[in-house]
Amino acid sequence: MHPAPSIILFTTLSGLGFGLLFWLGIDATAPTGWVAFAFFAIAYLLAVGGLLSSTRHLGRPERALKAFTQWQTSWLSREAWAAVGALTVLGLYAYFLVFFDTQIAVLGWLGAGLAVATVYTTSMIYAQLKTVPRWNRWLTSVLFLATAIAGGALLSGRVSIAMVLLLIAGGIQAWWWQTGDRALRDSGTDMASATGLGKIGEVRAFEPPHTGTNYLLREMVHVVGRRHASKLRLIALVLMMVLPIGLLLVPFSHVFGLLAVISHVAGVLVARWLFFAEAEHVVGLYYGMR
Amino acid sequence: MTQLPTSTERKLGLVIDLDTCVGCHACVISCKGWNTENYGAPLSDQDPYGADPSGTFLNRVHSYEVQPLATSAMPHPAAQLIHFPKSCLHCEDAPCVTVCPTGASYKRVEDGIVLVNESDCIGCGLCAWACPYGARELDQAEGVMKKCTLCVDRIYNENLPEEDREPACVRTCPAGARHFGDLGDPDSAVSQLVAERGGMDLMPEQGTKPVNKYLPPRPKDAWQGQTDVLAPYLEPVAEEPRGFLGWLDKTLEKL
Repeated sequence: MHPAPSIILFTTLSGLGFGLLFWLGIDATAPTGWVAFAFFAIAYLLAVGGLLSSTRHLGRPERALKAFTQWQTSWLSREAWAAVGALTVLGLYAYFLVFFDTQIAVLGWLGAGLAVATVYTTSMIYAQLKTVPRWNRWLTSVLFLATAIAGGALLSGRVSIAMVLLLIAGGIQAWWWQTGDRALRDSGTDMASATGLGKIGEVRAFEPPHTGTNYLLREMVHVVGRRHASKLRLIALVLMMVLPIGLLLVPFSHVFGLLAVISHVAGVLVARWLFFAEAEHVVGLYYGMR
Repeated sequence: MTQLPTSTERKLGLVIDLDTCVGCHACVISCKGWNTENYGAPLSDQDPYGADPSGTFLNRVHSYEVQPLATSAMPHPAAQLIHFPKSCLHCEDAPCVTVCPTGASYKRVEDGIVLVNESDCIGCGLCAWACPYGARELDQAEGVMKKCTLCVDRIYNENLPEEDREPACVRTCPAGARHFGDLGDPDSAVSQLVAERGGMDLMPEQGTKPVNKYLPPRPKDAWQGQTDVLAPYLEPVAEEPRGFLGWLDKTLEKL
């Protein structure tokens, strides 16, 4: 799949933003006043910034509001509702924390639930697609949730919890990669089933339908950069897990904390780039490609 | 709404005969022509006369080479070249419809055609991701999703002569490789054709239940020895050269 920067930024930043909102929501001793303002401002910048970035992927962004209508069947529509719900409820929660030093725990828990639901709906946009076997697994949702909650813990300054969660998220990421490499083969879809010609013999793509490229090839059959996948996987794991944990192990300072966050975000960005670049869409089989 | 109907009154679709298709791409051109000039946004091209042309098509013809397995009767079977037109299969369980966040994509109850309401489409591209067949393409000029409409503006169009009320690709096919009809009616000509020729689904394991069917290529016939009672009379008459050529042949042989 084509690794569109707008979507990579969206899943990374809004994942982190909603992860932070989750921790702020369930915090028994939530920050108040200006500290609360700073935390919520960062969370909203990330979450809303990510969402806005995703609209740049649309062919007709001016009609984006129509995406709220089909929540009964569409995960993308459900994501829109969950995001707006989480941001509204937690906005109210934050309003009381910042201006009245009052914590309304019920709002916090409800908002935290909606924040997790938002990340889950984002993951399901990808995990629902049978056409991309690497994504079409329950582990994809686990990966998105684990990454968001670990990143949120790191960003909210929960040092010991963050270290454990980063380790778990990194482990799930490695597991997701390991098992994902078999997904297309295990799906049972190949050139023989795509063309229905497998009963005759071995099928080879002889001529594509056109001499140039097209939307399908640009969007679904992105193979550039897969060559360096194993190196990039290692880089991603080091940046998103190893380096932040190392920085958290040394006596805490805000500089090291900031570096840990930057390193984690960079690592997740690399991992998400691979998430798209390595994903094989079955339509590629019609072109004899993966 | 993007909820799929539990059943449709008819299942209009295409039957494509892979045995007959000659790969002329006439269906591609007639499809592009009709759908550019009629319903919906035109099918745009980008850089059409430049170095890197590309454009929106609702129907494309692939070509495959299939190498049959060797058998004792035929130790060296020749490879077969099979031309393979591909457009929307108007699936019964269309994954492209349910993923649509705006309700722009829908499947019609009356005839099962899968359509896009272009004024509701936000161009998110998720339906194209959900389609295993590559049947949907996002038009780069218009920013909305385009797909085969089964020429919905032809098949019910009373301004056209009756023989033209079928999809442009079917109407134009010079080989008669494309058939249009109601695949939900077991007595229809297309259903009979599918039953007779063993019509198949593409990627059945994806669970999309395509309405369009493909007729597999028939096995190639082989040389069965004498084919006609007159064949012996067509044997070469002179096996060995005689006369001057015979003398020349022998002389050159001795040199």
